[in-house]
Amino acid sequence: MQVLAIALVVASGTALLVMALTTIQALQETTAAYYERARFAEIFAQAKRAPERLLRDITSIPDVANAESRVVHGAILDIRDFNEPVIGQFISLPEYGPQLHNMLVLRSGRLPTAGAEYEVVVNEPFADAHGLVAGDHFDAVLGSQKRTLRIVGTALSPEFVYAIAPGGLMPDDRRFGLVWMGRERLAAALDMKQSFNSVTLTLLRGADPREIIARLDTLLFPYGGTGAYAREDQISNWFLQSEIRQQINMSRIMPTIFLAVAAFLTNMVMARLIQTERREIGLLKAFGYSDWAIGWHYAKMVLVIASIGVLLGWGTGAVLGHWNTSLYANFYRFPFLLYRPGPQAFLTSAAISLAAALAGSLAVVIRVIRLPPAAAMAPPSPPAYGRASAAFDVLDEPTRIIMRRLIRWPLRAGLTTLGLAMSVAVLVLALQWMDAINHLARTVFETAQHQDATVAFSDFRPAGAEINFRYLPSVLATEPYRNVAAQLSNGHRVERQGIVGLPEDARLSPIYDNVGTIVRPRKDGLVMSTKLAELLHVQVGETARIQILEGARPTLDLPVVQTFETYIGTPVYMEIEALNRLMRDGRVISGVHVSLDDATQTELLTRLKELPGITAILFRKAAMDMFFATMGETIVIFIGFFVTFAVILSFGVSYNSIRIALSERSRELATLAVLGFSGWEISYILLGEIGLLAIAAIPLGCLIGYLLSWYMASAFATELYRVPLMVEAATYGQASIITAATVIACAALVRRRLDRLDLIGVLKTRE
Amino acid sequence: MAQFPSAKVTAICVGGGRTASSELVALGAERWLTMAHERSVALSARDLTKTYNTGATEVRALNHVDLDLYQGELVVLLGPSGSGKSTLLNILGGLDKPTAGEVLFRDHDLTKASDRELNLYRRDHVGFVFQFYNLIPSLTARENVALVTEIAPNPMSPSDALNLVGLHDRQNHFPAQLSGGEQQRVAIARAIAKRPDLLFCDEPTGALDSKTGILVLDAILRINREMGTTTALITHNAGIADVANRVIFFADGRIVNIKVNETQRSTSELAW
Ligand SMILES: Nc1ncnc2c1ncn2[C@@H]1O[C@H](COP(=O)(O)OP(=O)(O)OP(=O)(O)O)[C@@H](O)[C@H]1O
Ligand SMILES: [Mg+2]
Repeated sequence: MQVLAIALVVASGTALLVMALTTIQALQETTAAYYERARFAEIFAQAKRAPERLLRDITSIPDVANAESRVVHGAILDIRDFNEPVIGQFISLPEYGPQLHNMLVLRSGRLPTAGAEYEVVVNEPFADAHGLVAGDHFDAVLGSQKRTLRIVGTALSPEFVYAIAPGGLMPDDRRFGLVWMGRERLAAALDMKQSFNSVTLTLLRGADPREIIARLDTLLFPYGGTGAYAREDQISNWFLQSEIRQQINMSRIMPTIFLAVAAFLTNMVMARLIQTERREIGLLKAFGYSDWAIGWHYAKMVLVIASIGVLLGWGTGAVLGHWNTSLYANFYRFPFLLYRPGPQAFLTSAAISLAAALAGSLAVVIRVIRLPPAAAMAPPSPPAYGRASAAFDVLDEPTRIIMRRLIRWPLRAGLTTLGLAMSVAVLVLALQWMDAINHLARTVFETAQHQDATVAFSDFRPAGAEINFRYLPSVLATEPYRNVAAQLSNGHRVERQGIVGLPEDARLSPIYDNVGTIVRPRKDGLVMSTKLAELLHVQVGETARIQILEGARPTLDLPVVQTFETYIGTPVYMEIEALNRLMRDGRVISGVHVSLDDATQTELLTRLKELPGITAILFRKAAMDMFFATMGETIVIFIGFFVTFAVILSFGVSYNSIRIALSERSRELATLAVLGFSGWEISYILLGEIGLLAIAAIPLGCLIGYLLSWYMASAFATELYRVPLMVEAATYGQASIITAATVIACAALVRRRLDRLDLIGVLKTRE
Repeated sequence: MAQFPSAKVTAICVGGGRTASSELVALGAERWLTMAHERSVALSARDLTKTYNTGATEVRALNHVDLDLYQGELVVLLGPSGSGKSTLLNILGGLDKPTAGEVLFRDHDLTKASDRELNLYRRDHVGFVFQFYNLIPSLTARENVALVTEIAPNPMSPSDALNLVGLHDRQNHFPAQLSGGEQQRVAIARAIAKRPDLLFCDEPTGALDSKTGILVLDAILRINREMGTTTALITHNAGIADVANRVIFFADGRIVNIKVNETQRSTSELAW
């Protein structure tokens, strides 16, 4: 049982390591193979409208392997049997010949035939979410007209492994769809004949993408280029890579905790074993067995225990790794999943786990080797207890026994406490995710925003367009906003970040500072998120250079007048009128936020589906529900197995220390029974120690858990989102209760043995 | 505890015991025997049988043993190794249960008592001393005694108990800082500090040299005499038998002979 307890802790560490390593390997291999096979582009750029002939110039940029132009367009889809308008991303397919980049992987049906009337391929998750199959129809507002499109196939694309709508946080396959159609039809519908608004590049081996991006920008800027970017900034790939980074991070922290505890446990158990086998060791030595032979004998035992753990861990880890990887497949859509864990993950994890266990018992084994045979055969010298302070005088004898033992072996007590504290910490870390995610979502979707929907126009419109929305059915209020594509810089630091213009008294979607206040947009300068200020190294009062990437493309120097804290993105704001004046294109808006009287929404939804020139309609409530639904599922599973692991941890620590105490102290406990102490009183003396340590472990564990959470939060902080460090009091409570319950269960298990203590047998033998 | 109304009876025993034992010295053996019928019985065993089943063979450690322990007497059990002495003492002391037979303590049959009741019986009425001292290593001499006095209904103070065994100046030593004989005397102090009705000693001097053994024995005798504690003592040292009121000879799980000493010798007269 004790061996099992250690083996389980080793197994947990190994399993976590195997899981993380195989997941990382699977994600990396799958991604690499997919990108390779589907020829995922290396540089991406959008423009307003560039003539097709520019493509030749782009191709002839040195080091460009080839370039592919296309037409990309956002539009609203009307899916039968689905009330809400769906955001559609249209992407053109070459009329003739295969795609050069970002090749579709057909999942069913076929590609559109050249020149056919409105045949489209949609992305598979979207089709699945709506039960659409080849042969089905849906409508879309393309250009100024509503058209009926016919699905001929479903596909996946390396460009949309993680498919999120513009402005979205999570994939929502019901409200966001990808639609691929023949270039000619799409261009005709959008009045983009002989032109393109998106281009993708692949490079020759060893090319420097920065140089190419610069040259591409020069070519595209006259045509409304919004700045080219490399694969690493491509949104789907960015999410994928940051997920892999998180896994790598995880693979460092969690197994370390478990293996450190495993090392401590092997140390504790081996020390006890050697203590009981001193005489035999002395005899063997006296008979002429070499020190190393004896040392090896014990090292082998450790290796056997650890190997059981490693084998268990391998099995569990492989299963968990596969499961974890396929969990990713729910968010990250690959046409195939390469889960072929190589020997490397297993060998690495085994080596680390065995090394940890051996390291734990090293000191003990060395002590055996050093032991002279004569000393080994004599009974160990009795422990010297200290009488300690006068504070002890107020204690009763049983409590005094507990306290003296703790003081006599402070290291053991300390490590046991630390082991239990780690269990609490792992629980706090796992459970606080729920708090953090909850807090993030509540802040972003509820506290900060009050609009029910946001409508984005495909091109800006005169400010008066706002009125049209105010008189739509069930609309209570509207609020305009303007987006301007821009590149901000300070010295050599450059960030692409659109500037958002808001009215000064914005209420529906104001600038919300995480400290809980509303910040007003300013006419005299930029109101910048602290994250962006940090990236640009600018402070309030300093000036940032702004290269506007649309219209007359002015370059401006604007002061940062205020900063604010936000969890999502790196936004920067300005007062809308002031922004319009800087842009010199009149009083215009890019979209409106609306608040709705939700009773009559159906009518509104039908109307919205018909409106032309709209690229996206985002519903706050739907986004929030989606966020909780997807996060909820994964987090519950994730927490589930962390709880399991944490329970194994506290079980391993408490069971071992109680069992060892029981065997070390069987004589003492039997004596107490002879003296007439009841089962409960004896339990108190035996278990009070672990109880006290557990009580000490709880605050310590909460503290470590908080620090670990803090580390995780800062390690996972990205430009796109920063999970807040948020641990609710209840989380500490739950973590403490779970750990305490495990300790109590272990104590109860051992308590049963106490009742079966063989009094006479113990007392008959010599000490 | 309801089963054994201890406090009252103990007080009577202590008083009665003293007179009885001082008279005893003057009385001849025959007269003592007639007296014995009038003396109250502290503990009586009837038809005790204990068998151990070790695989195929059956070991009969006790074979229909009848025995009465009288208030205040000191009984020594002698017999070859394996004859069942410890088994008997453990059963009388409520540490073990016989296979058959009964043990009566104040109208209560110990063989029918639950574990909890046996526990209380040991706690309130019985003191044990073993060959190995079994002190709690993390407690000082005084605290080892206090361990018992804290849960006993009518204890003496730990220092008084240590005084009785001549260890008042070693109160604050840990067991590891005491010699074997001193440790054994602490064990005796711990056993008698609760003023037990019965004191059972299983080879208390077995691990000690003769000089130390006599010190320990003295302590036991003193308690028997001064407190009137009914005492049963196992030994392999036939010489010690002379200090007893009665000597019970054991062999093969049976009592083969009972010898009543006309006079109790003092320890100084013992041929060790
Ligand atoms: N737990 C046990 N299982 C089997 N047999 C036992 C057990 N305990 C004692 N015996 C047997 O019972 C018999 C009596 O044992 P006991 O310990 O009472 O002897 P003893 O008279 O005290 O001997 P000694 O003088 O050596 O202490 C012995 O034959 C012994 O082997
Ligand atoms: Mg014996």
